[in-house]
Amino acid sequence: MGLEGDTWQEKSLAAGNLLQTKARKVQLQLGSHSAMEIESLILGAGQEVGKSCVVVSIGGKKIMFDCGMHMGYLDHRRYPDFSLISKSGDFDKALTCIIITHFHLDHVGALPYFTEVCGYRGPIYMTYPTKALAPMMLEDYRKVMVERRGEQEQFSSDHIVECMKKVTAVDLKQTVQVDNDLQIRAYYAGHVLGAAMFYAKVGDSAMVYTGDYNMTPDRHLGAAQIDRLRLDLLITESTYATTVRDSKYAREREFLKAVHKCVAGGGKVLIPTFALGRAQELCILLDDYWERMTRPVVINIDGGLTIQANMYYKMLISWTSQKVKDTYATRNAFDFKHVCSFDRSLINAPGPCVLFATPGMISGGFSLEVFKQWAPSEMNLVTLPGYCVAGTIGHKLMSGKPTKIDLDKDTQIDVRCQIHQLSFSPHTDAKGIMDLVKFLSPKHVILVHGEKPKMASLKGRIQSELGIPCYYPANNDAVHIPSTQYVKADATDTFIRSCLNPNFEFLKSSGESNSDLGFKDSNAVQLVQIRDERVAQGILILENRKKAKVVHQDELLPMLGVENHEVKSAYCCPVHISNLEQIKPNELSRSNLSLDPSSRKNALPLSKCSWLHLLFEKLSNELPGGDIQELKNHLQLESFHVSVCSNDNCPYKTLEVSDIKSDTGLYPDPCLHAYSEVLRFESRGGNFPINWLYVPIGRGVFKPSSAEFGPAWFGMKCKNLGSSSPRL
Amino acid sequence: MCLSVADVKDCVQKIKTLKYAEEVCYNGTLIIKAFSSGLEIGTSNWTINGPRRNITCLSSSIFESAHAMNFDYHSLQGNDLILFSDFSSLHGTTGVCKDSDASSNLHACQASTAYDCSSPRDDNGNGEGFIKSLFNSEESLEEMEKLAFICSCAIDSVKEGGSVLIPIGHLGIVLQLVEQISLSLESANLKVPIFIISTIAEDILAFTNVVPEWLCEQRQQKLYSGEPLFAHVELIKDKKLHLFPAVYSPNLLGMWQEPCIVFSPHWSLRLGPVVHLLRRWCGDQKCLLVLEQGVDADLALLPFKPMKMKVLQCSFRCGIKYGFLLHLSRHYFHCSTVLTFSVCRLQQVQPLLEMLKPKFVLLPEELRLQIPSSNTHLSSFFYYTENETLRVPRLRDFFEADLAFQFQPGRLKEENKCLARLKGELFIEHGKHLFVLGKEPVDSSQSRPLLHWGSLDLNLLLKRLREKGINGSVEQSGSDIGPLNACLIHVYEPNKALIEIRAMSTIISAADETLASLIFEAVSSVLDGI
Ligand SMILES: [Zn+2]
Ligand SMILES: [Zn+2]
Repeated sequence: MGLEGDTWQEKSLAAGNLLQTKARKVQLQLGSHSAMEIESLILGAGQEVGKSCVVVSIGGKKIMFDCGMHMGYLDHRRYPDFSLISKSGDFDKALTCIIITHFHLDHVGALPYFTEVCGYRGPIYMTYPTKALAPMMLEDYRKVMVERRGEQEQFSSDHIVECMKKVTAVDLKQTVQVDNDLQIRAYYAGHVLGAAMFYAKVGDSAMVYTGDYNMTPDRHLGAAQIDRLRLDLLITESTYATTVRDSKYAREREFLKAVHKCVAGGGKVLIPTFALGRAQELCILLDDYWERMTRPVVINIDGGLTIQANMYYKMLISWTSQKVKDTYATRNAFDFKHVCSFDRSLINAPGPCVLFATPGMISGGFSLEVFKQWAPSEMNLVTLPGYCVAGTIGHKLMSGKPTKIDLDKDTQIDVRCQIHQLSFSPHTDAKGIMDLVKFLSPKHVILVHGEKPKMASLKGRIQSELGIPCYYPANNDAVHIPSTQYVKADATDTFIRSCLNPNFEFLKSSGESNSDLGFKDSNAVQLVQIRDERVAQGILILENRKKAKVVHQDELLPMLGVENHEVKSAYCCPVHISNLEQIKPNELSRSNLSLDPSSRKNALPLSKCSWLHLLFEKLSNELPGGDIQELKNHLQLESFHVSVCSNDNCPYKTLEVSDIKSDTGLYPDPCLHAYSEVLRFESRGGNFPINWLYVPIGRGVFKPSSAEFGPAWFGMKCKNLGSSSPRL
Repeated sequence: MCLSVADVKDCVQKIKTLKYAEEVCYNGTLIIKAFSSGLEIGTSNWTINGPRRNITCLSSSIFESAHAMNFDYHSLQGNDLILFSDFSSLHGTTGVCKDSDASSNLHACQASTAYDCSSPRDDNGNGEGFIKSLFNSEESLEEMEKLAFICSCAIDSVKEGGSVLIPIGHLGIVLQLVEQISLSLESANLKVPIFIISTIAEDILAFTNVVPEWLCEQRQQKLYSGEPLFAHVELIKDKKLHLFPAVYSPNLLGMWQEPCIVFSPHWSLRLGPVVHLLRRWCGDQKCLLVLEQGVDADLALLPFKPMKMKVLQCSFRCGIKYGFLLHLSRHYFHCSTVLTFSVCRLQQVQPLLEMLKPKFVLLPEELRLQIPSSNTHLSSFFYYTENETLRVPRLRDFFEADLAFQFQPGRLKEENKCLARLKGELFIEHGKHLFVLGKEPVDSSQSRPLLHWGSLDLNLLLKRLREKGINGSVEQSGSDIGPLNACLIHVYEPNKALIEIRAMSTIISAADETLASLIFEAVSSVLDGI
């Protein structure tokens, strides 16, 4: 997004500081359409499990994540309230796209209704397996509703077919460009075959919607996997917001043991499941276990549904776990050896039997049929899924140990069979959710697909343990969070390079800087710290109707087409040198001073060059880190120059020694001959803090005044000198 | 030196596999992506996006594939540079010439050029419409015709009692031939077994049936309707197609019957089971050998002379087309039949380039004449040769950097310009430069300008000084009040100071630091600065 002239505003800072009268605070707003926030409208699965549907407005785009139905309701509450998206019903205009995370009905169940009855015709994305398997789920559900409950259908078979034609299938990690601005990407979510978490990015704002996921691998699926992404928002499921589960294998063994025991005793095992997902997982589990048994019992599957589903699973084996995948060439794991289709006439045939039948919660259909026949015998076993919706027989069996179940007012079933509840679930537990949130470290978290009290507790953990703001809105509530937006700018080479160069700073700190006023032996131990802060500096240029530009300081003036106007600060002051005997012989030998060390009282006036050299020697000693250059007529350190004043009218040339005394409280040694010269200190183009600096030369003092200036005064970083005025 | 299995496994371990359009970031700066090229399952064109330019490496690509995912040219749109490395036309062209020379009694029928280059170009020149017209076009029809022709030849041979030997070349061709030949056999009501003899046949065929995401739309449709992606799954189940790792596989001997149809490596006719089978059948004129274009048939068949077997040589598309000739020739040599299809058309390249809109196109020197640069104004063409470095002009002088969004005080300069000093940290992430401004507030002294420009307005400065309670007398040096001459302001109130003003510099001398800084502020406020 470019910076348009009319989209940025300047605000004067009403600061008392005179310096800031010309300084402006710059605020940039990018395009009127992009509200700087992300809105999440929860149409379903808010503080409940069922009809997952969240509409997220991000960077001017509106994405619907999941379009599920609620299995527990038969009235209008079954579907999300789509009218909240668009009053006029023009959903094509209101939504950029729909993303479906997986084939479960609480995530895809309302899709045919939304596309075929409500008339949405925009793009729909889901993974290949979801596109292949969702129609089976939808058709199965439709049949159950119409044929078994005798209800008026909400959508027809044709609706499902037409709806699926509008779907674009995506592969994992494939970066899909929905339009010029919106990018989406699917990540492996475990949970069921083809389940995906979706990443969506518009401009600089990015988010992830997890759908249902599992952070631990199971028999046929791997664990959820995602990249570390910079996210403004994470919307995560929270089915098991407070549960922490132990090893899955122990639970699987329990299940196998229960089945084995029942079959060995000649009993019949009823495993009510949905056609997809759990059925395949348990088939693999049993088929595998049966391999190791001497006299295996045939595993029966009722109806074509699961057999057909296995066909899909075979082709989509690359979406299963690595272990299952690796063996596809020799034996596809979904080519079950001990599994075959069930002959319904054998329902009461004697002998052991294992049977998979739909639906999972024994809410009707064949699983109910079988349950009626098998429940009265204590030899038999019924397994129950981990989660059953209230009102189903499964739910009744889960709550307590009923001996009788009233099916309707005429039918009562004696329940004497054993009940085994499957305790492994394809959902992540609380630890998994926390791990994911911690790993992604988004700026905000929204919890959906869970139970309110548990969500509240998880929210508390996320906020307190991870410090991330977290919300768990109810259905039809919207959450607004700020989004990230960057200003796009063109940056020059020089600027980028200057940023990438190591930026070492040598910091000197001396142990006793406050011990006395001004004298410090140059040999005192100095601690040198090296710091590489990589603080990069540059200048941002904003211009009407042009893209922002970032340049290095050196590039600014040519770019603006102007010439530098140097503002120098100068200060001349007399410097007295005395106590020349303290100049060490080695210093003298390197200098061009023609002094007789034995006759201190006859010190000769030094030439200007010698003067500078003497200063140079001294400063080099004092400031070994600073790169002081001795040039012909001046010393230079960065922008700082020292020279002997050549101005005969220099107003400071006549300054008396007593002035220095009064200023500093220090005297040149009166016993010695002092020689004074006016030194000119000049700084060019600097932004310098005004500090006093005292640099001893011998025991004399010179005092560069207000002109001392600099982030660097002879290599001394201001930070080091700090507020405690430098006394060297 | 011979590589061991362990070496190969080791090497394969080092490969990072990607999905189509999966982003992988190298070194924080380069984003690398692969997109389908349509030639075979998994064949790719690559894009490399860097801060300086976006590059497309365009390899042999096929617009509409009968098995693999189609050429995804859309995703290549908008990149700055195309490195064109589809050499398929080069091989094709030489192939045709050689064949023509080799046969004295060439019996060629020159089909008319299928397309008129100018006609389908009414889509405001962006090539998109034209590209679309390539789909469902004669191109894929021709491919189907070629397959059908091979099938009919195979059926003829089998009917005569001869076997058919098809050395394995392109996987896609093999998969389609298996499907087509089995259909033809069925409709001719022939019970002839098809064998694939290869150590990797089982793996490859199993693999092709579990990669719906990598296949063309028609095959993906099979996934949605729950059918196997390729017919070979059912053929194996129905025992019409048999897979064996080698000719000496014990089960093969039990199954063996002739005539039969055998697919087997290697297309060079020097390695693999194909050698044994050629020895067996080369003297039988009822048998048929199907070769792909690109093999020097004369040379390849030399060890099997005298060849009585029929030889059918057929070229399939293996890239974007350049030439204008649809060349169909049928000629005889060594008592064998050589049928050559050669389809070379230039017309796909230019509309493709027009649609992709690169700024630069790098072409192999060999294509300088085939692809003239004159009629495209959009791109500059460069020609590369082996072992030579080609310098391409740089495209962007600037990096694009993202600035994290809070701003420090800036300075308004001219009416429409605004400057601000940035201090922070530069991150390079995922091919992007992100400049995150430092959070610590900059202390007031640091917000003083470090850099000034423009000339100093003396009267304005005096006014600003007076506002701060600073008074002084002006001394113009010399008689001229020209801008180049120095001008001195002797400040006497509140303290002594000297301001020396020249055209491009100003020097402030003051003993009193407070005064010095006040003067500095006044000077700054009159000049432009940052
Ligand atoms: Zn689910
Ligand atoms: Zn769910």
